[in-house]
Amino acid sequence: MEQLKFDYPSASRHVTKKAHVGVVGSGDMEILMEPSPTGTAHVSILTSVNGFSSSWKAVLDRFFAKYEGAVRIHINDAGATPGSVMLRLEQAVEVIEQ
Amino acid sequence: MSNTNIFPPFVARRSFIELSARERAQSLMDSGSWRELVGPFERIESPWLPEQGIAPQSDDGCVVLKGKIAAKPAVVVALEGGFQAGSMGEVSGAKMTATLDLAARDCQNGTTTAAVLLLETGGVRLQEANLGLAAIAEVMASLLALREHAPIITVIAGTVGCFGGMSLVAGLSSYIVMTPEARLGLNGPEVIEQESGVEEFDSSDRPLIWAINGGEQRVGMGVADELVVDDAERIAAAIQRYVKAGFPVVHRSQQVELYRNRIAALDTSKQFDPFSLRESWNNKKKEGVAR
Amino acid sequence: MSAQVGLRGRAWFQALTGQNSPMGGDPASVLTADVRLGEDMALYLCVVPNPNARYPCVRRGEVGLEEAYTLARRVRDAVEQDESGRKRPIVAIVDVKSQAYGRREETAAVFLAAAAAADAYASARMKGHPVITLVVGQAISGGFLTHGYQANRILAFDDSGVVIHAMHKEAAARITLRSVADLERLGHEIAPMSYDIRDYAKLGLLHKLLHVENPDSPSPATVALVQWELIAAIADARAGSTDLRNRLDSEGAREMRKAGSAARARMEAEWVTS
Repeated sequence: MEQLKFDYPSASRHVTKKAHVGVVGSGDMEILMEPSPTGTAHVSILTSVNGFSSSWKAVLDRFFAKYEGAVRIHINDAGATPGSVMLRLEQAVEVIEQ
Repeated sequence: MSNTNIFPPFVARRSFIELSARERAQSLMDSGSWRELVGPFERIESPWLPEQGIAPQSDDGCVVLKGKIAAKPAVVVALEGGFQAGSMGEVSGAKMTATLDLAARDCQNGTTTAAVLLLETGGVRLQEANLGLAAIAEVMASLLALREHAPIITVIAGTVGCFGGMSLVAGLSSYIVMTPEARLGLNGPEVIEQESGVEEFDSSDRPLIWAINGGEQRVGMGVADELVVDDAERIAAAIQRYVKAGFPVVHRSQQVELYRNRIAALDTSKQFDPFSLRESWNNKKKEGVAR
Repeated sequence: MSAQVGLRGRAWFQALTGQNSPMGGDPASVLTADVRLGEDMALYLCVVPNPNARYPCVRRGEVGLEEAYTLARRVRDAVEQDESGRKRPIVAIVDVKSQAYGRREETAAVFLAAAAAADAYASARMKGHPVITLVVGQAISGGFLTHGYQANRILAFDDSGVVIHAMHKEAAARITLRSVADLERLGHEIAPMSYDIRDYAKLGLLHKLLHVENPDSPSPATVALVQWELIAAIADARAGSTDLRNRLDSEGAREMRKAGSAARARMEAEWVTS
């Protein structure tokens, strides 16, 4: 079990909506995305698969390279692939940016 | 040309089974009438799963919506079959029990509030064992208190089905609605094979499983009320009918003499033929009719 | 661990009631008796192994179709008889291996039978009958949901032969792909998973853990002690509510069921729109 945290201070555009996507099934994950209380983006991850901190950082770096919303993201993960992580992040953004 | 000319209704339908628990619950409520209580952003999660290296879910696999069905006050409690097989833990149990208790309180204060339970569940969450089992006992108690005032409608759609201690919750309900894909039983076939041997139940025999536990059989033998096609609109329509109908005069789980006599009449020297129970218990023809 | 599940049940039924056979027409697996307990006539019920049962999968003390409907019938009869009078106590003596794992049972809808028994017990409780459960041996899963878990008050012996759990060790080990030793170790760290009745007692679901000597064959003094405890539990139940709130308000619940309490509190707070 690992708890990971990442911050993206350059993601500072004000957002107002929340999004919740996904189910924590085997090989899957859920994302809770909401306005950040601090004005910049923070990500926390609770994952049952240890040792992939750099993979998570790589996906999140890619995500925040394109997205500058000041969001607080929490992820409960039961082994989703980086591809599905990006997909879920994009699904959440769709809801937030409606 | 309209879609209904090109695509047969079954293909054009919206599958209920493919929806998440949250989507299923939402599809049953009057549009715009509901809100979710103790939702995912409140993060009331299982304290027991992370200790065992298992990722929790923000709503502990239990979704509670409060609003209206057929313009009448109602609550929907939906278990997420995709999370830990919809199993009951400390938090999901507490959410379900609290909802039933508060609905009962509303009834006593003059606002009759029906409860719809979407039971996609294998029963007790083994990682929470005794708290899961106790939670089921408490759900049963709260259901029985609410049942005196308002109908409790259980929906079992699949693919997990309703097994274990939660099958008793289904058994106590006012009405049970099932799809043909759904299954309802106390013990799943794997558990029976494990405990009593493959002769007793070959869990790889899928036709046998549905012949005994499947929606068509349970409705056919009269221990569930209605078989509905896997179609979100049709299921919602069925639920509306039951909410409007109110609770029955006598509940199935109160009909002790009837069922005691039926059990006594069975020839236990061999396995029972499920089809024959449809005739002897329900006077129905062998084909269950899906609405 | 008691030599065989169900022997303690029978021993305690006999010790508390002086009787040892089912009521007329009932299967041999369900012992019931109306016997004086303190000021009351109490209905005692116990499910025991019946090697000659019509249903092969209940012969070692499992709760099956006949057992569940018989329990339901006996409890309902008592409730009906007491409709306009004093509500007699109902005492469930529990030593059951589990629910019945059989194809006949599933075909004939054992889930409904179990529900009917639980319905009867709960209905009795809601009508004001003090329902007391005495766990003298095993109380596992569906068997306990059917017979005992709807009680106002639950008493259990503080003894290694007493196990309350959702699944017995061997099956749980198989399903979770762990060894039995691993499961036991896990139980020490995670109280709700423990097979030790003392850990169960921490959860706040028990009214009392009773220290008795030689629970397999109790002395008259031990039996008298247990009767005294049952009478006290009955009085406590009569003085309380007919729901299961006492399980949520206990010290154990406050310690061990915090997340559940938080969920309940949030549900109540959010229920009414401001």
